[in-house]
Amino acid sequence: MAKITVKLPQVGESVTEAVIQKWLVAPGDAIRRYDPLVEVITDKVNMEVPAPIDGTLIKPLVAEGETIKMGTPIAEIETSSESILPDDTTPKLLDASPNDQTASRIGSMIVGANVGPTGGEFIDTSLQSEPQPPQIDEPSRPPIYERKRTQDKSRDRRYSPVVLRLAKLHRIDLAEVQGSGQGERVTKRDLEAYIASRAAHHSPPQDELIRPSPIRRMIAENMSQSRSEIPHAWAAIEVDVTRLVKYRNAEMGRVAETTGNRLTYLHIILWHVAAALKSHRPLNASWDDGSIVLKGNVNIGIAVAASDGLIVPVLRNADRLNINDTVSETARLVEAARTGRLGVHDVQGGTFTLNNTGALGSVWGGAIINYPQAAILTTESIVKRPAVVSGPDGEDVIAIRSMMNMCLSFDHRVIDGAEAMAFLNDIKNRLESISLEANR
Amino acid sequence: MANIGADPIAASSPGHVFDGLLSNRDLLQMYRTMRLSRALDERIWMLNRQGKAAIAASAQGHEAAQAGTIFATDPARDRYLIYYRQLTAMLCLGTTPVEMLKQFLARDGEIMSNARQFPLHGSHPRVDLFSFSNVVGTQLPQAVGVALADKMKRRDAVTIVFFGDGAASQGDCHEAMNFAGIHKVPVVFLCENNRYAISVPLKQQMPIESIAARASAYNIPGTEVDGTDIIASYEAVSEAVTRARSGNGASLVELTVERLLPHTTDDDHTRYRSPEDIEQMKKRDPLPVTEAILRRHGIIDDEINREILDWARREVDDATHIAESTPFPPAPEMYHGLFADDSEEIDRA
Amino acid sequence: MTVVESIRETIREEMRRDSDIFIMGEDIGPRGGVFLATGGLADEFGEERVIDTPLAESSIAGIALGAAVNGMRPIAEIQFADFVWPAINQLVGEAAKVRYGTAGRKFAPMTVRVPYGGGVRGGLYHSQSIEVLFAHTPGLKVVAPATPYDARGLLRSAIRADDPVIFLEHKRTYRLVRGEVPDQEYTEPIGRADIKRAGRDLTLITYGLMLHYSLQAAETVSASDGIGVEVIDLRTLRPIDSEPILESVARTGRALIVQEDTPAVSVSSEISAIIAQHAFFDLDAPVMRVAPPELPPMPFTPLQEAEFMPSPAKIATAIRHLSEL
Repeated sequence: MAKITVKLPQVGESVTEAVIQKWLVAPGDAIRRYDPLVEVITDKVNMEVPAPIDGTLIKPLVAEGETIKMGTPIAEIETSSESILPDDTTPKLLDASPNDQTASRIGSMIVGANVGPTGGEFIDTSLQSEPQPPQIDEPSRPPIYERKRTQDKSRDRRYSPVVLRLAKLHRIDLAEVQGSGQGERVTKRDLEAYIASRAAHHSPPQDELIRPSPIRRMIAENMSQSRSEIPHAWAAIEVDVTRLVKYRNAEMGRVAETTGNRLTYLHIILWHVAAALKSHRPLNASWDDGSIVLKGNVNIGIAVAASDGLIVPVLRNADRLNINDTVSETARLVEAARTGRLGVHDVQGGTFTLNNTGALGSVWGGAIINYPQAAILTTESIVKRPAVVSGPDGEDVIAIRSMMNMCLSFDHRVIDGAEAMAFLNDIKNRLESISLEANR
Repeated sequence: MANIGADPIAASSPGHVFDGLLSNRDLLQMYRTMRLSRALDERIWMLNRQGKAAIAASAQGHEAAQAGTIFATDPARDRYLIYYRQLTAMLCLGTTPVEMLKQFLARDGEIMSNARQFPLHGSHPRVDLFSFSNVVGTQLPQAVGVALADKMKRRDAVTIVFFGDGAASQGDCHEAMNFAGIHKVPVVFLCENNRYAISVPLKQQMPIESIAARASAYNIPGTEVDGTDIIASYEAVSEAVTRARSGNGASLVELTVERLLPHTTDDDHTRYRSPEDIEQMKKRDPLPVTEAILRRHGIIDDEINREILDWARREVDDATHIAESTPFPPAPEMYHGLFADDSEEIDRA
Repeated sequence: MTVVESIRETIREEMRRDSDIFIMGEDIGPRGGVFLATGGLADEFGEERVIDTPLAESSIAGIALGAAVNGMRPIAEIQFADFVWPAINQLVGEAAKVRYGTAGRKFAPMTVRVPYGGGVRGGLYHSQSIEVLFAHTPGLKVVAPATPYDARGLLRSAIRADDPVIFLEHKRTYRLVRGEVPDQEYTEPIGRADIKRAGRDLTLITYGLMLHYSLQAAETVSASDGIGVEVIDLRTLRPIDSEPILESVARTGRALIVQEDTPAVSVSSEISAIIAQHAFFDLDAPVMRVAPPELPPMPFTPLQEAEFMPSPAKIATAIRHLSEL
């Protein structure tokens, strides 16, 4: 003899609960399978639930008049029968979704949830125990394209269209390439690996024709357009950034604590450039078909070297951000640029560009303006150099100072040298007079 | 009365204007439109025999039924789902002979579909009228939908849907009348029964003689009327339109007519109609019947009748000249207008 | 929210927004539709805007078409795709040609909801995939969303479109798939596929229920074999959005198409042709398909139904096979 628990079966679509109306069998009474066991009322149907099995009712587990969820145990029956009860029919989540942020949008499958053939309830078990895959690739039904194959040796030398195309492009004799595909067929991946290893080891070096990526092409077009349309002029200035270095070292801990980001020179310079742009509006402008447009917003593009090329995310309204926000937002943009997650909004609307070529070790440069803006500023490497400074008594002394060059390329239609130098001097003064208190 | 007929052209062009009454002036205009329709119909048949009109289905024999029907409706607010044998109805609704000929000759600027479709298919620029299909009977549920929309929006428009005895055998005919009966939609089912579905006579189409008799199955009124009698046709349709407009729902009006010519220009009815049958039906040509009515009422005399015939002939000659000198629509025009968003690219294999 | 709930709430919101919208179909009134896709709508909008029709599919489509041409925005429900055949004339023959056949003067802003698909023990007449009939027809747009999110966004677009849209709802996804649906009034564009999973080794193109089976298979082979499967959800079957397919195949060189419909002259045939014509020189292996055998869909008895239906395991096997070629 065995004791089994009867659960209130799921009946009716989207029915979640039911009221136990009346027990039709008393404890201790014998019941036969399919005999009415209990009357139940749901918002859709009134029905008699039949006994699932031959046996004796031990006791009801739910009193008459009680409201319970579908699937709740309602009675215990003692039975000698070997009939099998449907076990757990509670829906389980089966996560079939991929990793990324679209997962919730795609949704997930609920095991056991289904509609019946004509819309009713249907307990679905196919996902719980899927039969082993039948003969999708059994010899009795080979894919059509394989039927024509013979044991002819020449089949080893069959190449896919992409492999033939790449081999021709790179002038490769495919007989030299080891294949990993079926019948040692050379796959695209095999060929790519071969090309990579040949580029690394082979000599003499050969010219290689590379189809530029879409980003590379965009960069190329933008640069060409800028150089062909904008009459570039250049100016540069040397800045003593000793105070900037001290400031940065002193503030790093605080900024890390408040923003979770590492404070860089770029952040601080960016913040000051934004302030300077507000009072030098021609630098934050563009030449537009015979007119000069002084931009209302200060949106600073930050040149970032990403894996597939230069990309310039835009720090919007940079003049209105405090230093903490400048750090957080810049860090977000740079990270997004490097991981390829920039939104369209993040790369549009720039009015001026800052290019921190110093991070790459450059000390001098003439950048190409980010079309259609009017100017681009590069900040070069910070290097320690001997410099003549005022001693304690006003006399000239030699000191070791941290020095940095800033180079400006500007559109000579919009800006003259004097305006350009005034702008550079403004930034220079701001950076040289930086104090620990100033930017809080 | 005679002076009304003296200026037939001025009275011809705008089509029918509804005033709810059948006046002598209306009768004259109906008769003239029928004469114009007949002259045009004969011309179209000839253009086919000249290899210029690819296909035509003649309205000859149906003229009185169509004129009587259109004059019982109000083109300013009512809606029409027609089928392919409705030249007279089109002219009564103000379509010009040039517009009709451009349909048969598939010329540029054709008003109903810019010549994408067979003649009398498409829609109309001035009247709410359409006919999408060559599959007979499809217009019946569509008409019920049109009328349902008017009922839901509390508009007083009535929908007139024309069909032949052939279409009456389609399942769509039953479905449409059934739904219209249930929901009391303002529609008039207008059957022009010419007793032939191409070559198949009525007795092989249905085991009853009157299509109108089916109305009782849908709990709607059904009337069978001699469609060669223009006044009887007008009155039967008028009653059905009034019923629909006053919110009492659908009616079925069956107008028995004769198809004087074969089904289309590609058909030859001597292969399936007996000489006696053909002789008998010619006696029911609605034009002499209508002419006699108008003479009896003193609306026309020999002179006016002559003027009308001359006028119809001139109209058709002029229209033929204009239509024939109009070019075909250019081939690239076919790529436009599949969807509301015309920018969607059409794949050109 | 499940797919069926998403559909119901979208209809409700759209009907509240626009009084020209009404719904018609079999048992959609007090019964709420056999799948409850219209549950509660009769109470809210009354019997004039929620019309229980006779069992007559041709007139359901034809009446909806007539009302659409006369200024309304009907949503017609065909109770089961298996019953759509009598309506094909009014949809393929008539509705699809209204705008074109009237040179743009008349048009039919109608949505026809068609629950389709198998795996529900539906036998030969409650399991069919009928998409290819409509997807073959110029003048129709055919949408087949697979997620609650897409169902909502695409149904809004379908209802608001000024041309007929066949809106295919896979019956088995109705309550099987649960996902997030934002509250705001978003739309998803008709005619745009969606990459549901990124991968570098193989492009899998699918739609409907098979999207979920394919995603499951993709996770399986990723874990077991390290194969990166990119899964593209077509979402719209006419017009087919070929750009993301070609772009993906250019990267992976391998394409697998998974569908529940039988394969001959089907959506997968069309995709194969697109790839063959436009991505031939990117292909590193034959285009392959996972699809049922050429038999009427699908036997009622469970082992045969399972044999007929593509499954995550069958898809995983095909992915492994194609990756090893």
